[in-house]
Amino acid sequence: MISKLLQRFIKHIDPFLMACLFFTLMVGLFVLYSASGQSASRVYGQGLNIVVAFSFLWVAANIAPNQLERVALPLYILGVFLLICVELFGTISHGAQRWLNLGVTTIQPSEIMRIAMPMMLAWYFSQREGKPKVADFAIGALLLGIPVALIMKQPDLGTSLLIAASGFYILFLAGLNWKFLLGGIVLFAASTPILWTLLHDYQRRRIEILLDPTQDPLGSGYHTIQAIIAIGSGGVAGKGWLNGTQTQLDFLPERTTDFIFAVFSEEFGFLGNLLLLTLFSLIILRGLVIASQAQSTFSRLLAGSITLTFFTYAFVNMGMVSGILPVVGVPLPLISYGGTSMVTICLSFGILMSIQTHKKLVAT
Amino acid sequence: MRSELKNFLHEQYYFRLRLGFTAFVVLFFFGILAFRFSYLQIKQYKHYQTLAENNRISLVPIVPNRGLILDKNGVVLAHNFFVYTLEITPSKVENLEQTIAEVSKLVEVSSLDRKRFNKLREESRNFESVPIRTHLNEVEAASFAVNHYRFPGVEIKSRLYRHYPLGKLGSHMVGYIGRINDRDLLNLEKEGVLSNYKGSDHVGKSGVEQFYEAQLHGTTGFQQVEIDADGRAVRVLSSTAPVPGSNLVLSIDSKIQEIAETAFGERRGALVAINPKTGEVLSYVSQPTFDPNLFVDGIDVDNWKLLNESLDKPLINRPIRGIYPPGSTFKPFVAMAGLEAGKRAPPFAIHDAGYFTLANSSHRYRDWKPGGHGMVDMQRAITISCDTFFYGLALELGIDKLTDFVRHFNFGRKTGIDIQGENAGLLPTPEWKSRRFKQPWYQGETVIVGIGQGYTLVTPLQLAQATATLANNGVAMKPHLVTKIQKAISNESQMIPLVVQDRIPLKPENIEIVKRGMIDVTLPGGTAASVGANAGYSIAAKTGTAQVVGIKQNAKYNASALDERHRDHALFVAYAPAEDPTIALAVIVENGGHGGSAAGPIARKVMDYYLLGKLPTPENTTSDKKEPPTLTENTGTTTPILAPEEELHD
Repeated sequence: MISKLLQRFIKHIDPFLMACLFFTLMVGLFVLYSASGQSASRVYGQGLNIVVAFSFLWVAANIAPNQLERVALPLYILGVFLLICVELFGTISHGAQRWLNLGVTTIQPSEIMRIAMPMMLAWYFSQREGKPKVADFAIGALLLGIPVALIMKQPDLGTSLLIAASGFYILFLAGLNWKFLLGGIVLFAASTPILWTLLHDYQRRRIEILLDPTQDPLGSGYHTIQAIIAIGSGGVAGKGWLNGTQTQLDFLPERTTDFIFAVFSEEFGFLGNLLLLTLFSLIILRGLVIASQAQSTFSRLLAGSITLTFFTYAFVNMGMVSGILPVVGVPLPLISYGGTSMVTICLSFGILMSIQTHKKLVAT
Repeated sequence: MRSELKNFLHEQYYFRLRLGFTAFVVLFFFGILAFRFSYLQIKQYKHYQTLAENNRISLVPIVPNRGLILDKNGVVLAHNFFVYTLEITPSKVENLEQTIAEVSKLVEVSSLDRKRFNKLREESRNFESVPIRTHLNEVEAASFAVNHYRFPGVEIKSRLYRHYPLGKLGSHMVGYIGRINDRDLLNLEKEGVLSNYKGSDHVGKSGVEQFYEAQLHGTTGFQQVEIDADGRAVRVLSSTAPVPGSNLVLSIDSKIQEIAETAFGERRGALVAINPKTGEVLSYVSQPTFDPNLFVDGIDVDNWKLLNESLDKPLINRPIRGIYPPGSTFKPFVAMAGLEAGKRAPPFAIHDAGYFTLANSSHRYRDWKPGGHGMVDMQRAITISCDTFFYGLALELGIDKLTDFVRHFNFGRKTGIDIQGENAGLLPTPEWKSRRFKQPWYQGETVIVGIGQGYTLVTPLQLAQATATLANNGVAMKPHLVTKIQKAISNESQMIPLVVQDRIPLKPENIEIVKRGMIDVTLPGGTAASVGANAGYSIAAKTGTAQVVGIKQNAKYNASALDERHRDHALFVAYAPAEDPTIALAVIVENGGHGGSAAGPIARKVMDYYLLGKLPTPENTTSDKKEPPTLTENTGTTTPILAPEEELHD
C-alpha cells in the first residue's frame, strides 16, 4: 500500500537526473557553509530554498507537456505585460528597475520570462509542423527580441543575455539555416570596428574594463583578481574544506553568490573542479538524451533549450570567475545562494522530467 | 499516415543531428574551462600560492575626515582629533586571554575597557581589529611600540575620533556617531554606498549626524601598497586621495541653546524655537540630555544602563518623539477652524455658566473655572482659555471638519525636519477609532478635542511649527536645522533652500481675532500675564495643561497630593514680536503643572536673549518649580478626561 503510494509519488521523477541534482546540491551546501563564514543559518536558509524548489520541481514533473503547451502563449503574454509594468512603475533598487510591487509581495518578472520564453518559442515552432520557413525564424527572433530588450533596459545585462541564449537555442534546434548562422557571425565580426569608432570615449573605456578587469584594480577588477588568486592557489588537491585563506580572510567578494565557485575551487582544487564539471556534464548529457527521445516538436525543443541554458549558466559563471569571460551577474546554478534562481532552475528540471516520464509507450 | 510518420522521422533525424552538434559544443567549452583550471591551478600554482600567502599587494583604504558641525556663529559642535588606540585582531591571535593579560602589563587596561572590548567583539567579525584601549598617551604608545614584535595581531593605530566639545548641550539635535553594526551595514548596502565605508568604523546614529551622513562622511581614498609576510607596508604603489566630508552649519545659536537648557534646570521636557519666516530652527531642547561622547567608542554597559533605565528617559528625543496631549495650546487652531468655517465671528458671544452639556445627557463637561466666565466672545475665549466656548465650537464643526482643517498646521503628520525618527502625532478621526479600537465615535469625544484633550497627541516640534505657521499668517515653512553645507576642498557652500510647505488661505480679519486673543494672554487679565510683564516687546502666547492621569468626575485635582510624575504637563506656545514675528516657540515641561508659570518663564528667557540680547539674571535661572500657581495663571487643569464606560451614556 505504502510502496504503491510512494511509486505514484515518484512516478514522474527521473532517477538519474534526480541523483545528479541531489549530489550537486549537497556539494553546494558544504561550499556555502564555508563561504558564509560557517553560518549555519545561511545553510539552513538555502536548505529551505531547496525544499521549496523541489516542490516546484515535483509539481512541474507531474504536469503533462501538452498541458504546458497550452499555457505557453498566455504565460508569454503575461510575462511581457509584467515587464512593461516594471518599465512603467517598477521598484528601483540597487540602481536597477527589476521589481514589481504587488502590495503583498514583490516579484521579478524577468524570472518568469526565463521559463516563458523557451516555452513560447517551442510552442510557435511546434505549430509549424517541423517545416519552418525563413519568415518563421524572423517572427521567432521578434518574439525573442521584445522581452530581451525590455530586460536589457532595466538594466539587467546578465539575465537578458541568458534569456536571449535560451531563445536562440530553440531557433537553432528548430533548424535555423547554417548560412544565416554563419552569416550573422561574420556580419557581427565585420561591423565591430565600425561600431567601435562610433562610440564615445567613456563608453569604450567601459567595454574595455568589462573585457579586461585588471585595468580597473580598485573597482570591478578587484573581484576578478582576488577570485583568480583563490582558484590558482587551490592547486591540484585544494587547501581543504574551511581552510581557504582567500575565503576565510575575507578577500573574496560576493562569495556566497556569484563568486562561490572561487571558494569551491580554492578549497577543493583542480580535482574538485573536474568533479564539478563532470557532474554538470552528466546533468547536461542526460538532458540532451531526454530531448532526443522526446515525442513532440514542442517538448523536444523545450527540453533542448532548458538543457543548453543550464549549460550556459554554468559556463558563463565559471568562465567569469576564472577570468576568461567578462563579469556579468550570473549565479552558479545549484550552488550559489539564492531562492529565486534555485526555484527557476528546479522548475525547469521538473519540466525535463515531465517530458521524459509522460512519453507514450509507442516504438519510434 | 505513412508520409506523416516519415516526416516525423525525418524531422527527428535532423533534430538529433543538431543535438549531437550541441553536445560536442558543450564538451568543447567545458574542455576550455578544464584547460583554464589546469593553467591556473597546476602551471601557475606556485605564483598564485605566493600571492595568496603573502597577499603581496593590498588595498588600504584611507578614511576621509568627517565634516564638522558648527552653530550659526561658527561655534564647533562636533569635530575630529587623532588618538592612538591599541587594537587586537582576534583571528590573528592564538590565545586572546593570555595576550590581553600580557598587553595589560605594558599598557593599563581597565575592567571597563575589557567590558567594552567584549561587547565590540560580539558585534564585529573575527578578522576586524577591535580596540582594547583608546586614547593612549605618548609614553604608553612608545612602550608598546618597543614590544610590538611580541604581539602578533596586536597593533597601535592612529585613528580619527569624533568629539563633541559642548558635551551634553543639544545632544539630541547634533546626535552622535557610533561603530557600524550589522544593521548599519545592511542599510549602507541598500543605499549602494558600502564600498565607500571600507575602512570606516563609524556612522551617524542619530540627530544631524545621522540625517546628513552622506554629506558628512566624505569619499574614501585608496592606497595600493606592497606588504611583507607580517602584514607591514613596504612600499606605496599608487594612491587616490580621500575627499573629506562637508561641514554643516546649523541655524542654532549655541548661546540660546545653553540659556534654554539651563532654564529647564532639573525638569524634564522639550523646547523648539523656529523662525516663522524661514523655518530655521533656533533652539532644539530635549531635557534631560546625555553626553554624546560616551557613544563614540561604543558605550560601556554601566553608562548604558544608567541612561537607558533612567526614569527620566534622557535618550528619548522629545521634540520629535515625545507625544503629548496639546491641551489648551490647541485652542487657537480650533478657533481658526471655526472662524474660517464662518462660525463664531464677532459679535457672537456665549454666556458661560461653567459647564457644557450635550443634548439628552446629564454629563457636564466642566470649565476650568467653577461658575464660568460670564459673557465670552471668540477673542476673550482665547485670552482666558474658556473651555465651555470651545466645547460647543468643536461639536458644531464636527470632528472631520475640525481635523481636516488643523492638519494644515502640521498636526497628525510629520513636519519633515532634518532629523530621522519623527513621530507623526495623532489627530483622531472616526475612521481611525474604528480601525484602532473597533468602536464607534462618540460626540463627547469631539467635544474634548476642542480643548486639545482626548486622543489628540502632538510632538513639541509640531506645536512649534503650528505656532510658527500661525505667526506667519498661514504660510508654513519647512522646519530645518542645517542652513548651509560647506564643501571641504573647494570651500564652496551650498545653502539649504527654504521650502514653503503649505499656504493656508486664511482671511486677514480671522487671523486678527486669533492673534489679538493670543496677545491679550500675556497682558494683565490673560492666563500668562506674568510672562509678558516688562518684556519691552509684545508677545502672543497660549498656555496649556495636559493631564497625565484622568481625574474622575466630581473628584478634585490637588497638585500637591499627587505623585510628582502624575502631575500635569505644562505647555506654552508663543511668538514675538507680535507685530512682526521672528521667533515662534513651543515649550513643554513634563509634570510641570501649569503652563503659564512652569513653561512660560523658560520661553521668556529664550525670547529675551534672541530679541534683545538679554542674558537671564541669576535669580531667573533658578527653577520656579516651587512657585505656587496664582489665579490669573490658571489654565484649566480640571478638564475631565472621560473614562470609556462613562462615554456610553452620551
